[in-house]
Amino acid sequence: MNRTYLAIAIALTLSFSVTARAQDQTEEIEELRQRVQELEDRLDQQPTTAEPGLPTTAAQPTTTSGAPAPTSNKFNPAVSLILNAKYRYFELDPNTYTVGGFIPPGGHGHGGEEEGGHGGGFGPGDRGFSLDETELAFSANVDPYWYGFVQAGVLDGGIDIEEAYIQNSGYVPGLLVKAGRFFSGMGYINEQHPHAWDFVDAPLVQLAMNGINYGDDGFQLRYVAPTPLFLEFGLEAGRGANFPGSERNENGPNAWVGFVHLGGDVGFSNSYQIGASYRDTTADEREYDDEDSLGNEVENLFSDLKSKTYGVDFVWKWAPNGDPSMRNFKFQAEYYRRKEDGQLEYDFEGEGAGPLDGPYSSEQDGWYAQGVWQFMPRWRVGVRYDRLDSGTLNYGPISDGTISREDLQQLREHKPERASIMVDFSTSEFARFRLQYSQDKARFDETDQQVIFQYVVSLGAHGAHRF
Amino acid sequence: MRRFTVVFCMALACSLPAVAHGEARAFACEPEWAALLEELGGNQVAVYQATSPKQDPHRVEARPSLIARMRRADLVVCSGSDLEIGWLPVLLQAAGNREVQPGQPGYFMASDYVRRLDVPDRVDRAMGDVHPYGNPHVHLDPRNLAIIATALSKRLAEIDRENADFYVARNATFQERWSASIERWEREATGLKGLRLVTYHRDAIYLANWLGMDLAATIEAKPGIPPSSRHLAKLLSQLEAEPADVIVRMAYNEPKAPAWLGEKTGIPVVELPYTVGGTKQAKDLFGLFDDTIDRLKSAVSRS
Repeated sequence: MNRTYLAIAIALTLSFSVTARAQDQTEEIEELRQRVQELEDRLDQQPTTAEPGLPTTAAQPTTTSGAPAPTSNKFNPAVSLILNAKYRYFELDPNTYTVGGFIPPGGHGHGGEEEGGHGGGFGPGDRGFSLDETELAFSANVDPYWYGFVQAGVLDGGIDIEEAYIQNSGYVPGLLVKAGRFFSGMGYINEQHPHAWDFVDAPLVQLAMNGINYGDDGFQLRYVAPTPLFLEFGLEAGRGANFPGSERNENGPNAWVGFVHLGGDVGFSNSYQIGASYRDTTADEREYDDEDSLGNEVENLFSDLKSKTYGVDFVWKWAPNGDPSMRNFKFQAEYYRRKEDGQLEYDFEGEGAGPLDGPYSSEQDGWYAQGVWQFMPRWRVGVRYDRLDSGTLNYGPISDGTISREDLQQLREHKPERASIMVDFSTSEFARFRLQYSQDKARFDETDQQVIFQYVVSLGAHGAHRF
Repeated sequence: MRRFTVVFCMALACSLPAVAHGEARAFACEPEWAALLEELGGNQVAVYQATSPKQDPHRVEARPSLIARMRRADLVVCSGSDLEIGWLPVLLQAAGNREVQPGQPGYFMASDYVRRLDVPDRVDRAMGDVHPYGNPHVHLDPRNLAIIATALSKRLAEIDRENADFYVARNATFQERWSASIERWEREATGLKGLRLVTYHRDAIYLANWLGMDLAATIEAKPGIPPSSRHLAKLLSQLEAEPADVIVRMAYNEPKAPAWLGEKTGIPVVELPYTVGGTKQAKDLFGLFDDTIDRLKSAVSRS
C-alpha cells in the first residue's frame, strides 16, 4: 500500500522536476532521488508488526514490559555451544581397545589415541573424568539465497571443523544444495552430531564403517519429491579424504554417496522413516599398524582399494497423539555392508624378507538396533545391541600359503558385539544427564565392562533436530 | 529508466501468480490457524493441520510427513515468536520450498501482527525456556484473531491473486460475525472479571488479559520445566495463603498434577479446549470461545 503511494510520489515529483530549469534539473533529480531513497529505507526498516496490536495493551499492564524485545540478536548468527563432559570406568585398558576383524578408521589397530576424526578419537575414550570436545555452532541466513552453518569441535590443542557449509533450500522447488564440509546424509545416525545421540558412544557399525561421523568436503544435492509421503533422494560428491577413502591428490571427486529416504505417519501416534544408502570411494594410501602371528610389528598399506558401502536404516517413533512430552518411544536400526577390493602391501618392517604384495578383497557387515523409552517426563531408558561380522577376506599371499590369516592379527575372523543400557534425565530441554553401562566384546578375546556417566547441555540458540 | 524498471518488475510480478492453478495449499502449524484459514479461505484453500489439539505445540517432532507437506505448501501459517522453534526451522530447511521461507509471502507468523505480552526484560534460561519475543499463545484473545484475520486474508490475496476478492469478502463476513461474537462473549464473561486462575503454563495470558482475569500461579515450575513435588508443595502452601478461583487444565496438558492440586486445595479444576478441537464443543473458532467461557462460568458457579 505505502509502496504504491511512494511510486506515485516518485512519478509525480519526477515529472514536476522535468519542467524545472535545465541547469537545476539533474541536481534536483539527484536530491529527490536521495530523499526517496531515504523514505524507502525508512519504510524498509519498519517491522512487519506495523499494524498495531492494540487489544492486548488495553488492560493490565502488569505483565507487559513495554520494552522492546532485548538481546535477541535478530540480525546476528544463532550461536550455540554444547558442553559435554564424561566420567568413564573401563575394566580393560582403553589403549588396548580395538574392533576386532575390522580395519581401524584411525590407522592404528589399538585405540585410545586421539586420532583425527570427529568426536576425538576412535577408541572408547579415556578412563576417569574428561571433557573431550566442546561443540560450537553458528548459523544464519547469508542472504535471501543461502544459509550458512558452522560447527566446530573444540578440543585441547585444536579446533576441528566438523561441518561448515552453505545451503540453498528450494531455488529449484524441492532441491537443496549444500556445499562445503558436511556430514553425509547416508544412514540415519551419521548426520547427527554426538550430542544428539541417545547413547554416549556411536554404534560399533557406525565406527567401523563410517569412522564415527562420515563427513566430506564437497557438495550435496537433495531432492524432496512433491509426494504425500516424504520421499527424498540425495547425491554427494566429495574429496573422499576421510576413511574409508584417503587423500588422493586428484582434481575430481573421490567419494560418491547416494541415498534415499522414505517416511510417513501411521495414525496420529506413529511415524517412521526408512532409508537406503550407497557410498563409493577409493583409498590410495590407507595405512595401519598391525602384528603378525608371532607378535612382530607389521605395517599394512592398501592401494587402489575400491570401497563400496551399502546401508539400510530404519527409524520408528511413537508418541501418544503425537505429543512426545509425556511418554514416547523410539526404535532405530541400521545395517551396513562393505565390499573392498584392491592391493595390499604387507611389510614386516626390517624382518629381512621384503614386503609382500597382492590382491586383497573383503566383504564385511554389521548392524545395531536400539530402543529408547521415555516413561515419564524427563526420564528415558534405552537398550542397544551392536553386532559386526568380519566376513570374508581374500589376500594373495594368504591364498598361496606365504602367510596365514593369523599374520593379519587385526583382520582375524571375529564377530564383535556389544550390549548397552542407559538411563538419562533431562532437567530441561537444554540439559541431559546420562548413565550408561556396556558389555563390550569388540576385542578379540576379552570382554570389557564399561560404565559411563555423561552430561550434555546446550547454551544459546534453541536447538532443533531432524527426525 | 528507473521507472521503467519498476513498472517492468511490477508487470512481471503480476504475470506470475504464486498459485498456478486450483486451490492454494496452506500448512497450519496449529489447529487455531487451520480453523482461521478455513474461515477465510473457504473452499479455495486446502488446509493441512500439522498438529493436533492434544499436542504441546512447542514439542513436536519434525516428522518426515511434515516435511512432505511443507514441500508442497503455498503458505505456512504458524504462531511464531519461537513457539515452533524446535521443529519449524528443521521443516523449512529440509523441505526445499522457497515460497515459504522467512521473508517470503508464503511465510506468515501470526504473532508478528499483535502486541505480545510477557516480553522478558532479559533472557536467561535460569528462568526456564523463555523467549525474547514474548508469549506466543496469542490466539486466546479474540481481538488478536480479528487483527490476524485481516492480515492473513491480505496474505491469501497476495498469494492467490485470482481469488483476492473472494478472500476480502470472506474476511469482511468473518469480521462482522466475529465482532458481534466478541461483544457477546464480553457480555457473558463480565462475571469472570478478577477471577484468579492457576494454569499449567502461561498459555492463558492473552485470555486472562482480555477478560480481566488474573494468572495467579503456574503448575509448572518455570516455562518448559515440569513440576517437581517440591514445587507442587510450595504451590499448595501458596494457594492456601492466597486461594485461587479456578485451576485450568488445557486440553494438551497432562491431567495428573492439576487434578492432584484441585483435590488438595478444593479449587475446581476446569478443562479448557486451548484450541479448536481441544474439546468436543470447540468445533471452530467461535466454538472455542463459547466453550471456554461456558466452562469457566460453570466452574465458578460450582464453587
